[in-house]
Amino acid sequence: MIRTEEMTISMGPQHPATHGVLRFIVKTDGEVLHEVKSDIGYLHRSMEKIAEKVGYIGFQPYTDRLDYVCAMTCNHAYALAVEKLAGITVPERAEYLRIIAAELNRISSHLIMVGVTAMDIGAFTPFIHAIRERETVNDLFEMLCGARLTYNYVRIGGVSFDAPAGFKEKCVEFLDHLEPIIDEFNRLISFNKIFVKRLAGVGVISREDAIGYNLVGPNLRGSGVKWDLRRDMPYSAYPRLEFNVLVGTGEAGKVGDCFDRYMIRIREMIESCKIIRQALSLMPSGDTMAKIPRRIKPPAGEVYMRCESARGDIGFYIVSDGTERPYRLKMRTGSFTAMSIVEKIAPGLMVADLVAFVSSMDVVAPEVDR
Amino acid sequence: MLNDKLKYLEEFKPQAGDAWFIVPIDKIAEACKTLRDEYKFDCLSCLTGTDRGEFLEVVYHIFSYQTKETVVLKVKLDKTALAVPTISGIWPSANWMEREAYDLLGISFTDHPDLRRIMLPDDWVGFPLRKDYKEPEEYRGMSTKLC
Amino acid sequence: MTTKLDELLNWCRKSSVWYMLFATACCGIELMQTGGPRCDWDRFGAVPRATPRQSDLMIIAGTITYKMAIRTRRLYDQMPDPKYVLSMGSCSNCGGLFQHAYSVLKGIDKVMPVDLYVPGCPPRPEALTDGLLKLQEKMQSEKFLRKPV
Repeated sequence: MIRTEEMTISMGPQHPATHGVLRFIVKTDGEVLHEVKSDIGYLHRSMEKIAEKVGYIGFQPYTDRLDYVCAMTCNHAYALAVEKLAGITVPERAEYLRIIAAELNRISSHLIMVGVTAMDIGAFTPFIHAIRERETVNDLFEMLCGARLTYNYVRIGGVSFDAPAGFKEKCVEFLDHLEPIIDEFNRLISFNKIFVKRLAGVGVISREDAIGYNLVGPNLRGSGVKWDLRRDMPYSAYPRLEFNVLVGTGEAGKVGDCFDRYMIRIREMIESCKIIRQALSLMPSGDTMAKIPRRIKPPAGEVYMRCESARGDIGFYIVSDGTERPYRLKMRTGSFTAMSIVEKIAPGLMVADLVAFVSSMDVVAPEVDR
Repeated sequence: MLNDKLKYLEEFKPQAGDAWFIVPIDKIAEACKTLRDEYKFDCLSCLTGTDRGEFLEVVYHIFSYQTKETVVLKVKLDKTALAVPTISGIWPSANWMEREAYDLLGISFTDHPDLRRIMLPDDWVGFPLRKDYKEPEEYRGMSTKLC
Repeated sequence: MTTKLDELLNWCRKSSVWYMLFATACCGIELMQTGGPRCDWDRFGAVPRATPRQSDLMIIAGTITYKMAIRTRRLYDQMPDPKYVLSMGSCSNCGGLFQHAYSVLKGIDKVMPVDLYVPGCPPRPEALTDGLLKLQEKMQSEKFLRKPV
């Protein structure tokens, strides 16, 4: 008579399949999971306490490190929150440059996500294709602000540098090159039978769960909720731009499964290309930074401002007491709640499905831990 | 508009930024349930704890996908009695957010299904986001000094 | 005789430095880009391995918190000799940008011996490759067979 036992395994902080330092304590019966507990905090860098020490201007570089894969949008979210509190108006040219930077960053973040998902499933080559394209985006950002990963480009009041001569042409060249590459990527892996079988019907998140657990961004749209902050609560120059909001339709299995979330990110890259082309053609000439005092002292009050990043909306809750340092600064990120829903959805999945599920949620460790 | 059903809400409008409602501690769960069921506020967007010096407060940002409105509720806590009823039964996203407030500020949530530290190690002493927090000299043999 | 053998062994070791995939934070992305097509580390023989038991080099890429430092030390202890540690980026050199933080270890050299420090936030792939080449020089000049017993 064969006797089976439940096994407790720690998918520890250092693991090739976890996205950064995340840990899962799983109880399995063979391959099937009975219980999953997420253990986070391995990258808790106390950014909220640091903000109280360094002040509004000093905190700008830290926002890059909040989500390093999509740093421009984090800079943007912070700048929007402080500008709303302090009543600063940003010049038009800066708004368009911010949007171009944010959408380019969205493309590069989604490239990483699709590459890493394929790598987690077992296919190593799509990842190399994805980071090859990402190198071109890094070159564009280097033209714009001098850095490859932690940009500190979107500042309070505008952007730090203007686009140099030749940036527009290089950008259009990159977009012309990228759209056929996404098609090639789809032919390479996205509609591959094995890949679809690994992702379709796995980790289905219902609409009620997605809203109740406060999932945001492509995770929320994958479950059928047509919500995008850029269109529904627009900020910056987005009201003047046209693009589609994509929703999961259960094309390979059920609405809200891993494949839906994956395809939304592939198609969002094409929408971002559209937005960048429109922004490049509409961008006026002018200043790139508003006239703001050297030390920003917003009036006493609070603000909660959200901005759509590649991983969903990042909310900044800032409490000001009239001085040049925030009294309390809280960052509410999409990956935090995405990790909490793993505990609900994972029981019943197999160990390999857990890996596919976590990579389709596109979780990055610093967003979870801050 | 909200004051019709929830008469115990006290509105406060500062000079700059968002306005908020102050809720008595024992009524917070009831207020949240009413907001979810009757006013269609389906999502708890953010739960924050703040140390205000003489007292602590918990701030709830509640959002509705249908009306696109945000409501801000605040609960004031005395430093000697840091307990708030949990709302993790109303919106599941509150579960981890309340654990974070407990971990970093020491606010406990009564009837929470799993109240333990989330970001810091389990044997950490103290609540770092409090304004009077002092860093320890070392942790498990590792010095906390700069060099 | 032993000098020539030493040189041969060192050349073998330095041309196949297998590093462990240990990326905590932002430097991890730059590490991935360094292993990528443009600044390819495979031409130096350096390929990533997932487990410490099969790697010679541990690149500490990213901020190390106290919670993670205990596990990092355990990973270091699990690596077989001869092993090397390369500290990549300001955060693991000295705490970096997060020196004001209450939960960040101010430099990985508080828990393990480091062979090479690469400064930067994050260091460019060219800087990291330069670090690898310096490490290879160090490995080439080591004396195993000629060590006094």
